[in-house]
Amino acid sequence: MGLLDASISRHNVLVTSVDNVLNWARLSSIWPMGFGLACCAIEMMATNASNYDLERFGIFPRSSPRQSDLMIVAGTVTMKMAERVVRLYEQMPEPRYVLSMGSCSNCGGPYWEHGYHVLKGVDRIIPVDVYVPGCPPRPESLIGGLMKVQELIRMEQIGISRADALRKLAENSVDPGKVIRRERQTAGA
Amino acid sequence: MEEGAVYSQHVTQSADAYAIIHEKFGDAVSAFDANETMPFFEVIDLAQWQNIALFMRDHPKLRFNYMACLSGVDYQAEGKVGIVCNLESLGELNHRIAVKLKCDRTGGSIPSVSCVWHTANWHEREAYDMYGMTFSGHPDMRRILCPDDWEGFPLLKDYKVQETYHGVKVPF
Repeated sequence: MGLLDASISRHNVLVTSVDNVLNWARLSSIWPMGFGLACCAIEMMATNASNYDLERFGIFPRSSPRQSDLMIVAGTVTMKMAERVVRLYEQMPEPRYVLSMGSCSNCGGPYWEHGYHVLKGVDRIIPVDVYVPGCPPRPESLIGGLMKVQELIRMEQIGISRADALRKLAENSVDPGKVIRRERQTAGA
Repeated sequence: MEEGAVYSQHVTQSADAYAIIHEKFGDAVSAFDANETMPFFEVIDLAQWQNIALFMRDHPKLRFNYMACLSGVDYQAEGKVGIVCNLESLGELNHRIAVKLKCDRTGGSIPSVSCVWHTANWHEREAYDMYGMTFSGHPDMRRILCPDDWEGFPLLKDYKVQETYHGVKVPF
């Protein structure tokens, strides 16, 4: 239910709920914090660059946690870095979102057993909203994850908690498989 | 060095360099090992290591002006840890040799050569960080990669990772 679906009467008067306007504004200008930790950061930079053009979603990396809505944890979080990640997260203003990008920050990745210095999942130190699998994930996956964050914002309402919004998102999830199959059929592959 | 053995050119060069060192320091160094990949000798008398290093750097027929690498090794069966220094004479005599040193596995110490080759400064800190041997005379003997309050030395063969670090669980 996007804002443009709402009915627009004459004289450019638009009738919709406050939630809709707020969510539309927020999800159309997600500013992630510009920091990367490992090879996933290279993929994140590629996604930011012109080939994948994240700016069409209003996504533009910010240089300060105080101006950021979203933290993309892109890469291996070491035990030493974990404390810095927590500090950066705490410096971000609410409402803030965390996207865990890649196997390392999801669960430790290839370092899960012998990587003595690696944090086995960034969700041990900060709450994660969206996980993007891959090692590293392709830009398409990251964009998928970012669109999931947008969906999450769309589910939010004044007065409901993040947990409720996440539950709503899970209940209203769209199976992308159907969309992909339909697209393939129309493309005549 | 065995009599009559035929070595490739670079091993012969290393053997010649070793002969000069052996002539000067005698029993402080072990016999020459003509390893084809990297010929080496071991320093037996650790107290002589700094003198040997200076001699190797400054002697006109040695001129080992470049420390290419310094690696740590855990000789668990012998109860020792050690280092391997890969030395080269870069742009001058173009020969190379490796020097090995061993010390006790717990509380062992090796003289630092960071004043001879500045490269050794961080490499020795890394060897300490991973294996736990200290380097006497090092200007800044701290861990370099692990946090300062990390427990244990990760590359020892019997290393067990700590359960928690600052309240966060470490194992999977």
